[in-house]
Amino acid sequence: MSSIAPQDLIDFVYREARLLDELDYEAWLNLFTEDGRYWMPAEWRQTDPLLQSSLMYEDRLLLRVRVERLSGARTFSQKPKSRAQHLLQAPQIDLFEPDAGAFRTWTSFHYVETRNDVQTLYAGWATHDLVLLEGTLKIKLKRVDLLNFDAPHGNIQLFM
Amino acid sequence: MDRYRDNPAALRALVRETEVHRDVYIDPEVFDLEMRHLFAETWVYVGHASQLPEPGDYLAATVGYQPLLVVRHSDGSIHVLYNRCPHKGTRITTEPCGNTGKFFRCPYHAWSFRTNGKLLSIPLKKGYEHTGLEEAEAVEGLRPVANVHVYRDFVFVKLNEGGQSFEAFFGESLSSIDNMIDRSPEGRLVIEGAPLRYLHGCNWKMLVENQTDTCHPMVAHESSAGTAVSVWEREQVEGAKRPMAVEVYSPFMSSYEFFEGMGIRVWPNGHGHTGVATSIHADYSAVPGYMEQMTASYGEERARRILDENRHNTVYFPNIMVKGPVQTLRVFIPLAADKTLVESWTFRLVGAPDMLFERTLMYNRLINAPTSIVGHDDLEMYERAQEGLRADANPWVNLQRLYQPGERHDVTEVINGTSERQMRNQFHAWVSFIGSSMERQPAGA
Repeated sequence: MSSIAPQDLIDFVYREARLLDELDYEAWLNLFTEDGRYWMPAEWRQTDPLLQSSLMYEDRLLLRVRVERLSGARTFSQKPKSRAQHLLQAPQIDLFEPDAGAFRTWTSFHYVETRNDVQTLYAGWATHDLVLLEGTLKIKLKRVDLLNFDAPHGNIQLFM
Repeated sequence: MDRYRDNPAALRALVRETEVHRDVYIDPEVFDLEMRHLFAETWVYVGHASQLPEPGDYLAATVGYQPLLVVRHSDGSIHVLYNRCPHKGTRITTEPCGNTGKFFRCPYHAWSFRTNGKLLSIPLKKGYEHTGLEEAEAVEGLRPVANVHVYRDFVFVKLNEGGQSFEAFFGESLSSIDNMIDRSPEGRLVIEGAPLRYLHGCNWKMLVENQTDTCHPMVAHESSAGTAVSVWEREQVEGAKRPMAVEVYSPFMSSYEFFEGMGIRVWPNGHGHTGVATSIHADYSAVPGYMEQMTASYGEERARRILDENRHNTVYFPNIMVKGPVQTLRVFIPLAADKTLVESWTFRLVGAPDMLFERTLMYNRLINAPTSIVGHDDLEMYERAQEGLRADANPWVNLQRLYQPGERHDVTEVINGTSERQMRNQFHAWVSFIGSSMERQPAGA
């Protein structure tokens, strides 16, 4: 991409969700920058990922551990495997600065994770901080704020 | 059919020297007896004083079936009250924590109470003239629980009258709490950060037992910690420092020999801890500036003694675990025979560098969160056990590893770190506290 249009950001967010729904984790990991992060806060309007409590705050190394674990021969909590589905509201563009190569979208979502006979619905908002790297959009930070971040959850094994 | 109610002998028969009957995990009637008797007869953790810095601050707690309020009174003392209006039974507060000001006010008829529970006022009080209200229980206000003990800011209650004193119940086991507090250069902890709450489809005792189960990490956590080690070994840039997250994960893959040598210390009344000689927390990187602060506060020798004590998991019977070197506390809250809420709390060491708190929070989310891959490994095993125990093939669960005939439960001893003795210790305490409460007050609280 030589120049980014607002629609490119929206397409990116939809494509990212589709890769997760298709369990195509290798392609999904490649959407992140080398120093990209996946953050799931555990507090309302949280500002600090390190000195406040989070459900997840992971770099590519930790995300790769998760991805490889999901297909491991002795990953017993994935026998049988989980599946996931995203329902996204149209992403809204909160920051659009092509000159600086900085973009941010905000997307309201419903997310369903299922395994065995149990299917669980989560709701929340995803914020994507995207950058342009050699003409390609990459995720610098994906922040997932759950509506009920403070509720007791059972296993959340995949990615929202 | 009532098999165990009003039948302490049948209850006692569930626990043998080296095995326990499956009903301790799956029977709703046994669960009901635990709620009424075990959690009334033992000293149960309800919160930390740092959660109540100001007068009027309160938090909600549940002990057994009992809804409680822990509150800071205007004179600075901490009171624990039943969360029930003496008028109609309405719950006074519903938020997990808050500040009530100078008094509690029931939202139904506006009866109000001082923060020590005493009745303050009733609207239109003349309606009670000559009714004999002064003789009624209602006039006593919000009833306090029978026994409260605040140990270095840790608040415990015992609902039953009688039974063991706080000191007799915990004895030397308080040394693990002491060590966690001493790790602050100012000798003070504050709870900070939201607790991570994790719902488990299994019996609460499976979680408590797992805290001192050292033969499962290298097996059950091969998928999480094992993958973390292999990904790091493959992907690391040469010469790069091992990241904090890898330092947290990789000791879970330690060998059987390591865990054997780690040791377990058992104390009377079901308390005990893993990690006597060393532990999986002993090899974390030093945090810049911390040792200097500790030395300035305690002198070098004592500072070293404090930091060389790397206890792994300390179980305070019946239902909390304290991890001193990481400053976490987990509460295993029973909701049903097959349902448990785990709350994992984090402490900041007052006066210590931020990086220590960063590690505490990282440990908590990597190991104790519903999004934790280590947690996924464990929960899968608990839920499989909860399912498997329905099989009529064999009603007994085996806890025999490194059993020695004549083993005592009223002693402090250090043993091989892969022993299942601490689990036997817990069940001995379990049967003894439920039994003594049932025998003293057969109907329950």
